Amino acid sequence: MNIMIVGVGGQGTLLASRILGAAALRAGKQVKLSEVHGMSQRGGSVVTYVKYGDRVASPVIEQGEADMIIAFEELEAYRSLPYLKKGGVMIVNTQKTNPMPVITGAMEYPADILETMKEKGVNVVACDALALAKEAGNIKSVNVALIGVMAKNSPLSKEIWEGALEDAVPAKFLEVNQKAFALGYNH
Amino acid sequence: MKKLMLGNEAIARGAYEAGVNVASSYPGTPSTEITEFVAKYDEIYSEWAPNEKVAVEVASGAAIAGGRALSAMKHVGLNVAADPLFTMSYIGVNGGLVLCVADDPGMHSSQNEQDSRNYAIAAKLPMLEPADSGECRDFMKAAYDISEQFDTPVLMRLTTRVAHSQSEVELFPRQEVPVKAYKKDVAKNVMVPANARPKHVIVEKRMADLVAFNNTSALNKLEMNDTKVGIITAGIAYQYAREACPSASFLKLGMIHPLPEQLIRDFVSKVDVCYVIEELDPVLERQIKAMGLAVRGKEEFTLLGEYSASMIREKLCGSTSEASYSVDETIPVRPPVMCPGCSHRGVFYVLNKLKLAVSGDIGCYSLGCAKPLDSIDSIICMGASISGLHGMEKAQGREFAKKSVAVLGDSTFLHSGITGLIDMVYNKGTSTVIILDNSITGMTGHQNNPANGFTIKGEPAKQVDLEKLCHAVGVDLVTVADPFDVENFEKVVKEHLAAEEPSVIIAQRPCALLKIAGYTGCCEITSDCKNCKMCMRLGCPAISMTENGPKIDATLCNGCGLCTNVCKFGAIVQK
Ligand SMILES: Cc1ncc(C[n+]2csc(CCOP(=O)(O)OP(=O)(O)O)c2C)c(N)n1
Repeated sequence: MNIMIVGVGGQGTLLASRILGAAALRAGKQVKLSEVHGMSQRGGSVVTYVKYGDRVASPVIEQGEADMIIAFEELEAYRSLPYLKKGGVMIVNTQKTNPMPVITGAMEYPADILETMKEKGVNVVACDALALAKEAGNIKSVNVALIGVMAKNSPLSKEIWEGALEDAVPAKFLEVNQKAFALGYNH
Repeated sequence: MKKLMLGNEAIARGAYEAGVNVASSYPGTPSTEITEFVAKYDEIYSEWAPNEKVAVEVASGAAIAGGRALSAMKHVGLNVAADPLFTMSYIGVNGGLVLCVADDPGMHSSQNEQDSRNYAIAAKLPMLEPADSGECRDFMKAAYDISEQFDTPVLMRLTTRVAHSQSEVELFPRQEVPVKAYKKDVAKNVMVPANARPKHVIVEKRMADLVAFNNTSALNKLEMNDTKVGIITAGIAYQYAREACPSASFLKLGMIHPLPEQLIRDFVSKVDVCYVIEELDPVLERQIKAMGLAVRGKEEFTLLGEYSASMIREKLCGSTSEASYSVDETIPVRPPVMCPGCSHRGVFYVLNKLKLAVSGDIGCYSLGCAKPLDSIDSIICMGASISGLHGMEKAQGREFAKKSVAVLGDSTFLHSGITGLIDMVYNKGTSTVIILDNSITGMTGHQNNPANGFTIKGEPAKQVDLEKLCHAVGVDLVTVADPFDVENFEKVVKEHLAAEEPSVIIAQRPCALLKIAGYTGCCEITSDCKNCKMCMRLGCPAISMTENGPKIDATLCNGCGLCTNVCKFGAIVQK
């Protein structure tokens, strides 16, 4: 199983990948996670790969290999599209953050990204995770709300995901994040 | 117990389990977390040194004094530490000494793509290279044993994808290794020519002994499958090759220098065709070819960037994988940017306005080279901003110094900028230096440093007084200024440029991500906006141009207020 998490530096994609890793471990699989640190965290595009199975060699997911992509931002969803396997699921947080070429007016933010992807036959699951996070009581739980949406679409059981949350989320934020997860799961 | 760990965390775990006593490092992506994780173990004394040379010397001293010692750095950090490295190879150790060096193929966050395996050859040192987190832990423990058994420092080479990937690691308790007695041993530890000559003989003998050791070492793994294709590889390249060609036979090297010649000869003789698969330089390949063996390597594979399973599959099996969905338009890139509220933004706004030549340096402020701030003319390596500018002045003449500045951060200034400043003062330069003092080592993810007065564990320490330091080396004109007061900052820069003497401006304002920055709320554009686009020159990610003029994104803005200072119409207010 190959899952990619894409977003903009600073969006909390690392916690999301840790929850995924914990879930795969609970499912008794071999897991590899690959993250990008450093320069790209300064508001640039960030990508995390999570791979699990009976034997995982390379920690990197290549074009056409992702079973699922969790995108924290629409343009990043679009950018990652070539990595999605035919028939794979694209989970998109309906949020737009302008990159510098758009801010300076050199380029435009592509219009109707979700529609364009659907027209290509992509299985797009769109979700306003910020609204779910607000409902859960902390806007920082956007990442866990998205994990909830993806859990619903994943082959692992709900119990495994709930256990993974406990493994990966610090105790004092657990309750809020459990709420956010449930809102995403039932989205 | 098993745990998912970053390669870097597993390196730290291995050091802990191996009974390491002292760790000294300077941060650098992708090596930084090694020392950050080491600092979580109270059994290990740990510190941030001002640069890699100092760090490796501290670790060397600890090893000579009988402790097990560690230093971790990025590839270019080993250039800075190369001087102690080469001579410690002669001295050897007392307590074990392991130096971790993290290469960055693909340059995710580096200024070059150098291959530090070349250092193992040049300095005549053993080098190990793990391929996942489990091996990171195992190899660290083996490295300390090798170090003490063969009386040598050991290099541990990582690459970004090993350092920053997580996989499972089995945890074991710490092995307490008592610090050995300190012994005065002049022939061993005093490297003057008379002592170094006999030492060189020992170093060459040690290399031969290490080859023999490596021929039977359990660090190397032989996987015999189909013998039509054999692959000699190591580190992350092994993972890519294993995924691309699971049916091939593999010789996966764990100790990559000096090479296990007999093991390699045996392997090559058992397969029909043998490939050497390694990212960057043909380091293994060249040595294997020098053994007179017929292997293929860079004839097929590039010297550039990261490898991948599909790239290897394509070369060896001719099969290509295709993306299943495509993006049929050019979409905007999203390069890293200075954060909203970044203290460096005010400085570059002014430098851009004054159209100065800027000798740059490495840190978050390197992003000042990007549009719209667009005001860095050169970046070489850490510390080179000041010395480079001094060279420019000497080549171009004194008038050049009136329209040029050097910029560098607090951590970079203490790393290696200070020596450049001494040079400039001593040799009668008249240039202007701007130290961007944001109270933290920002770029590598917020490490304390001597200029902010906190240790790696967050304990208060003596703080370097940058102003006094500059005075002490002979700079008379030193001004501390707030870069967000852009009007005053511009005035200060002009005064310093005009002065016929070397001068320093300390641009002081904490990094926006630090609590002490104290930003709250956000800024808002009022109906007084005349759409002059002055605020757009800041390149703040929170301010975007819309059809109705500039607009501030409240979810990104942290209310730093810089834009309220550049708006000539008072049309931006803080809420
Ligand atoms: C020799 C060397 N060591 C380490 C690094 C990694 N590195 C890049 S910038 C930097 C420090 C930046 O800190 P500072 O100068 O305070 O600027 P800031 O990022 O806080 O603006 C480090 C450690 C490097 N590029 N070269």
